[in-house]
Amino acid sequence: MNSCPEAALSVHNLDVIFRDASGVVHALHDLTFSLPPNGFLSLIGPSGCGKSTLLRVLAGLVPPTAGEVCYNTDQPKIGMVFQKANLMPWRRVLENISLPLELKGLPKKTILDRVHEVIRQVGLEGFERAYPRDLSGGMAQRVAIGRSLIQDPDILLLDEPFGALDALTRERMGDELQHIWHAHKKTVVLVTHSIPEAVYLSDQVLALSSRPGSIVLDMPVDLPRPRTSEIRYSDSFSKLTHKLRDTLQEDNTMIT
Amino acid sequence: MKSDTGKETTPQSTGLFSRLLYLAASLLIGVLLWQAATMVFGLPAFILPGPGQVWRRFIQSLAEGQLQQHTLTTLFEVLAGLLIGGLAATSLGYLLAKSAPLEKLLSPYLVASQSLPVVAIAPLLVIWFGPGIFSKILICSLTVFFPILINTVVGLREVPNDLRDLMRTLKASSTQTLWKLEVPAALPIYMGGLRVGATLSVIGAVVGELVGSDRGLGFLINIGRGQYDTALVFVAIFTLVFLAVTLYGLVLLIERQFLSWQSWRQDVR
Repeated sequence: MNSCPEAALSVHNLDVIFRDASGVVHALHDLTFSLPPNGFLSLIGPSGCGKSTLLRVLAGLVPPTAGEVCYNTDQPKIGMVFQKANLMPWRRVLENISLPLELKGLPKKTILDRVHEVIRQVGLEGFERAYPRDLSGGMAQRVAIGRSLIQDPDILLLDEPFGALDALTRERMGDELQHIWHAHKKTVVLVTHSIPEAVYLSDQVLALSSRPGSIVLDMPVDLPRPRTSEIRYSDSFSKLTHKLRDTLQEDNTMIT
Repeated sequence: MKSDTGKETTPQSTGLFSRLLYLAASLLIGVLLWQAATMVFGLPAFILPGPGQVWRRFIQSLAEGQLQQHTLTTLFEVLAGLLIGGLAATSLGYLLAKSAPLEKLLSPYLVASQSLPVVAIAPLLVIWFGPGIFSKILICSLTVFFPILINTVVGLREVPNDLRDLMRTLKASSTQTLWKLEVPAALPIYMGGLRVGATLSVIGAVVGELVGSDRGLGFLINIGRGQYDTALVFVAIFTLVFLAVTLYGLVLLIERQFLSWQSWRQDVR
């Protein structure tokens, strides 16, 4: 990852091609976009369009085949939240959240203070000593978000973190995410399947086409912040969701 | 949303008590049936000694110090074999799980060694390495090797890829990934291998001793057989059962200690 000062994150002419036993998969094609510091970007598109792949490229888990990804720091601290909470079942809530700091070898006292701060932020007081098996889906995902926040990341990458939750919990978690984002000013990239969720949370929405994924729409969302549920019923909100839906439908694909 | 995280300790402790009660009852019934059989069929003591005779033989061999001595020998062989075979299997298992080419290279030998019963090569090992303790430790090591190796490989393969990705995004070193992810994630399956290995090790030791030795419980069985001292054979057999069950229980205890987070598995058992 190279550093480039102007944007928190920028991607130039990115191509990703996988080669495996079953052949060649062209996952992403000629992606160029950038995200200002503290910006909130959503990636939306049909299943299998490479949204998750793009996120994994941003996280440094998948190397780009062509093009480049750069951050405004040399060694960006990355907080990633996966589709499933992805907790370590042998660690308690407390220890799951503290993992990133443990790996950095910080003193125990510092870690513990920070863990309790994060546990307050994500609303898990009283569950510090619970094991993941005792948590509901929403609570487990909060632990995952706490774990991604604890090292004060430069960028937060969220891969459909609320996909497995019921609709109401999902909206509430969205609000909480917005709240955390406001309070801590992070650069966020969110992969989602939900058009309203993308519009509600983001400053900028990228719509990707089906494979190979390329950008069909780079849409700014200039709704006032902080946003509350009311905004979902406003004209400007529905204009944006319509535009997004039309674009995705023109691409002749189904949104799940 | 589940809110109670408390463990239900009461039902489990009463469960333990009733389990002990059932165990005692089942043992008592077994001994009674045994006694009844000796009385009904009127078999001579060298064919089937009664529980009382076996008990007296047990006390006698304890008093002579013979039983302790042979039990310690067998126990030593079992533990040494478990340690050596376990260490070798764990290290090789780790390498195999990390390197697909190495696994492909070695798997014909591993499969072949698995289809060959250790019992069949035990005489060979005794010929090569003598009737002493060393050949028994070798047999034990070979017996425990495969289940521990397989469980190490499977355990490491089962480590979720998402968690590996997590460790990579957190820039964990390979040592950190080993101790903070791979070891704890593989432990449940690994411990299963160790449990099987512990009982197999006892079998290995006895097979080795039966084939040729001057010490150990297997040797004691041979002595008893040769002298038509069938009660002594029974004493040795019961001691072996006790040894194997204790070892199994010990591994289970360690397992529960380390894997207390996994209480769902205890429900299955």
